[in-house]
Amino acid sequence: MSEQVTGKGVDRVDAHAKVTGKARYAAEIEVANVAHAVIVGAAIGRGTLAAIDVAAARAVPGVLAVLTPDDAPRLPGLSKPRSSPQDRQLQVLQDREIRYDGQPIAVVVAETLERAREAAGLVVARYEPAKPALSIEENIGAAYRPQETARGPAETRRGDPDGALARARVKIEQTYVMAPEAHNPMEMHATIAVWQGEDRLMLYDATQGGFVVREKIAALFGLPKENVRVISHFLGGGFGCKGSPWSHVPLCAMAAKATRRAVKLVLTRPQMFHFVGHRPRTVQRVALGADARGKLVAMKHELLGWTSRFDEFIEPAAAWGRPVYACDDVYTSHELVRLDVATPTFMRAPGAASGSFALETAMDELAWALGIDPLELRLRNYADKDHQEDKPFSSKELRACYQRAAQAFGWAKRPRAPRATRDGEWLVGSGMATASYPAHHRPSSAMVRVRGDGSVVAQAGSHDLGTGTYTIMAQIAADAVGQDLARVRFELGDTNLPEAPLAAGSQTAASVGSAVKLAAMAARAELVRAAVADPESPLHGLAAAEVDADQGALFARREPARRDGFADVVRRSGKDEIAARVDALEKEERKRLSCHSFGAQMCEVRVSEVTGEIRVSRVVGAFAGGKILNAKTARSQLLGGIVWGIGLALLEEVVRDARTGRVVTRELQDYHLPVNRDVPGVIEVILLDEVDPYVSEVGAKGLGELGITGMGAAISNAVFHATGRRVRELPIRLEHVL
Amino acid sequence: MSAPPLRYVRPADEAAALEALAQDGAVLLAGGTNVVDLVRLGVTRPAVLVDVSRLPLAAIEVGDEGLVLGALARNSDVGHHPRVRERFPALAEALLSGASPQLRNLATVGGNLLQRTRCVYFRQLEERACNKRAPGSGCAAMDGWTRMHAVLGTSDACIAANPSDMSVALAALDAVVHVRGPKGERSIPVEALHTEPGAHPEVETTLGKGDLIVRVTAPATRLAARSRYVKVRDRASYAFALASCAACLDFDAGGIVREARVALGGLATKPWRSKAAEAALVGRKVGSEAFRAAGDAALEGARPRPGNAFKVDLGKRVVVRALELAARGA
Repeated sequence: MSEQVTGKGVDRVDAHAKVTGKARYAAEIEVANVAHAVIVGAAIGRGTLAAIDVAAARAVPGVLAVLTPDDAPRLPGLSKPRSSPQDRQLQVLQDREIRYDGQPIAVVVAETLERAREAAGLVVARYEPAKPALSIEENIGAAYRPQETARGPAETRRGDPDGALARARVKIEQTYVMAPEAHNPMEMHATIAVWQGEDRLMLYDATQGGFVVREKIAALFGLPKENVRVISHFLGGGFGCKGSPWSHVPLCAMAAKATRRAVKLVLTRPQMFHFVGHRPRTVQRVALGADARGKLVAMKHELLGWTSRFDEFIEPAAAWGRPVYACDDVYTSHELVRLDVATPTFMRAPGAASGSFALETAMDELAWALGIDPLELRLRNYADKDHQEDKPFSSKELRACYQRAAQAFGWAKRPRAPRATRDGEWLVGSGMATASYPAHHRPSSAMVRVRGDGSVVAQAGSHDLGTGTYTIMAQIAADAVGQDLARVRFELGDTNLPEAPLAAGSQTAASVGSAVKLAAMAARAELVRAAVADPESPLHGLAAAEVDADQGALFARREPARRDGFADVVRRSGKDEIAARVDALEKEERKRLSCHSFGAQMCEVRVSEVTGEIRVSRVVGAFAGGKILNAKTARSQLLGGIVWGIGLALLEEVVRDARTGRVVTRELQDYHLPVNRDVPGVIEVILLDEVDPYVSEVGAKGLGELGITGMGAAISNAVFHATGRRVRELPIRLEHVL
Repeated sequence: MSAPPLRYVRPADEAAALEALAQDGAVLLAGGTNVVDLVRLGVTRPAVLVDVSRLPLAAIEVGDEGLVLGALARNSDVGHHPRVRERFPALAEALLSGASPQLRNLATVGGNLLQRTRCVYFRQLEERACNKRAPGSGCAAMDGWTRMHAVLGTSDACIAANPSDMSVALAALDAVVHVRGPKGERSIPVEALHTEPGAHPEVETTLGKGDLIVRVTAPATRLAARSRYVKVRDRASYAFALASCAACLDFDAGGIVREARVALGGLATKPWRSKAAEAALVGRKVGSEAFRAAGDAALEGARPRPGNAFKVDLGKRVVVRALELAARGA
């Protein structure tokens, strides 16, 4: 047997195509005779579109159509019951009410992008503005509790949290606020819509969920879903905003229908701040009670978040801590306030990036109040089972994560007291937090085809956000079928392929990986079956169990010299290929287990006593996410999450003008993401070996969200340790510490 | 969002450039890092773009008598010039603290002097009220998001901050801008180039129609050789200043200040030379007491808005920091 390729840090199989420009992203697909669409957005945050004059826009040479609420096609799917949090926002150009800043009020289609832009600038809108409501605090009377979050019930109560809190020896009760964040993947959303006849629609769309787009767009336009095909071969990042279609997809399809042309629509950077979802502003109240030895006796975590007037998205932050610590008296709750904002959505580590900021900062406050080292406090409250679900964990190497991170970071040398370390004008401090994210598993199908030349094509309608899906699926298939990686290709991003779940929620590696593995094993079994039954095969007459596969050939286990190449087996079968398709469900054992990835984040910050500038100078993260399928792409995922964590903690904030509801920070000059100099020279990512036979067929849990989780708290705790100043809002800015 | 049709011309020499600039609606194009942006946003609507980027005005000369920078010298070339770094450290520091390497490779000295404010209400056409963009329409920034706005030199009509780093250093270095125009050649000290908004924020400089900046000079003094630039911003690089300061100090063997220069950035509606801060330093012994007095003097009369009140204290701290560095020498 040659060595397994799964787990190795092999280069991305699509790397060469990407750096040479051969990889075609949605907006780059060459479609004949394509016209260009530009969206005109509302200039107010709430009110009515009183009048819209498109005469000048229509007069621009090359303009093919200008659609407005007055003449846009009615969407037949409007009466369908909504199936997800973002549905009503898709009902574009159906009325004249303005519900959020930048809401599409027109779409212009022209022969060239330049003409479309010119015409879009000539659309004159008149509004009857109304005063928008934008503040959670000022509208708290209107808060309501939804039923269900993406992480279970909105409200849970175990034991007697209030009584236990009242009796607790040491208590922390604080409120933690996080600013809204905008989605800014490098690649903006883009769609090309091509109608084939009246009722068949082809979409080239930058999406993480081709099947989701298919279903929603089909429903909206009243088509059978088989009539819509969605292709998304490459993504320049997704992070949740590309998990569902937004307004531009129906607008593009409407524009294509109205002009009877293929139409391309690419969002502008400012539009990314308007209607493709965002992480909502959240106000989290956390109460922790402990006995004198630091044992948690009560835990309450209550979230107030905003959502739009018309859709319901819940940032499931209060659910994050439910399985994390051993505590029997726990209350968690989510409440929403409807405001004049566009619908929020999932953003990297939904609920976890936000919830861990509040709970893990509160844990640090508790440690300080108790005089216990923050790491020691976590160990004293280590959960050996999921107390919320009362289930064992499928695996949990968190203790080892703490240990490895602490060792690499030098945590033991840390002075207990804040404001104890100084380097010239710089106050130096360190902080830590626990990371955890559910290891989801969704049904996925996959097909593996062994071709006549012995090469292997694995297929599933999944997506590669830049995370490495193309690579790890090829690795898994190569090992499972017994072929060299170079002769295995993975195809994804097409709804004509076997159905795969949304590429989000850190579930792709486990869900699609399991389907690919099972399909590859099934394809190999088909090869074996054909060979042993074939009198011409050197393996004829052997039992299937006596045959193995390696480097593109079957061989007899006891006599490895008896080999039959895949190409020969297929050729003699008289077929083009030998293939197998598998519909994989989660493993039965998962039902009695609690499945989560875990990690420990430690970081050092430097805060200038003179200017208040805050810089992260060192990060160590140790993570356990089951089997690591590719050491290089896994590390990159975690690294990217950590870097985004710096942005979340110190930089990112969507600011709306309170008078108009307009997003004023809608360019990257004002909405800051970390640049190279904000990223410390030392980010150490430690990947633990974790064997978990239950979590998925491939043993992987998923890592996409884990790296950002805990970073908000680790940095805020380090700022406290450096300065003695506790900042309970993100982003932490220099004026908070001066 | 819309860019109405415009003409583009690339005059072959300076005389042709001056002629082209005399046309109505003519806008200069050099590095293009700001103008192209504003044209695309629809904020600047030139009838004709006059591309001067290939005129032979990119010289960088540093001699005993001083610094001569062609108006088209690239920010990166000036910032990395060894003799600029040696004789005018604040200028090099200011240039290299601005923008990104890619932008600095394109941006020119003349363009940097004339860059427009980054006020979001000025840049976003959805906002009707902007006295700078549409005189008389009001100022949406005043009661809006003001974190990046000025606290010095503001008026009831405008609080937009000048975003330049380079101009702040040049103001402290007694630099002079040399201009050719319809009325021939003239020289304007940098501190007299930009104007406070007053009732007319749409007027930003003392340049006239058809004027072309051809070069910038600065004397090579002992002060200049001890100049420093400090910039504070939200992230470590590629961000406009929340507060910045260029400072120069000359003092005798006993530490008594003979001469000083203090200019502020990020805090004011123009590159802000503070003679009050300089006066607070001259004749006093270098040290934190004098530096704090200079900081207080520099921010005297600051008029913050609720969203940027922190910049008054921050400004003082940045003055102190810049003076400390200048006192230490290079």
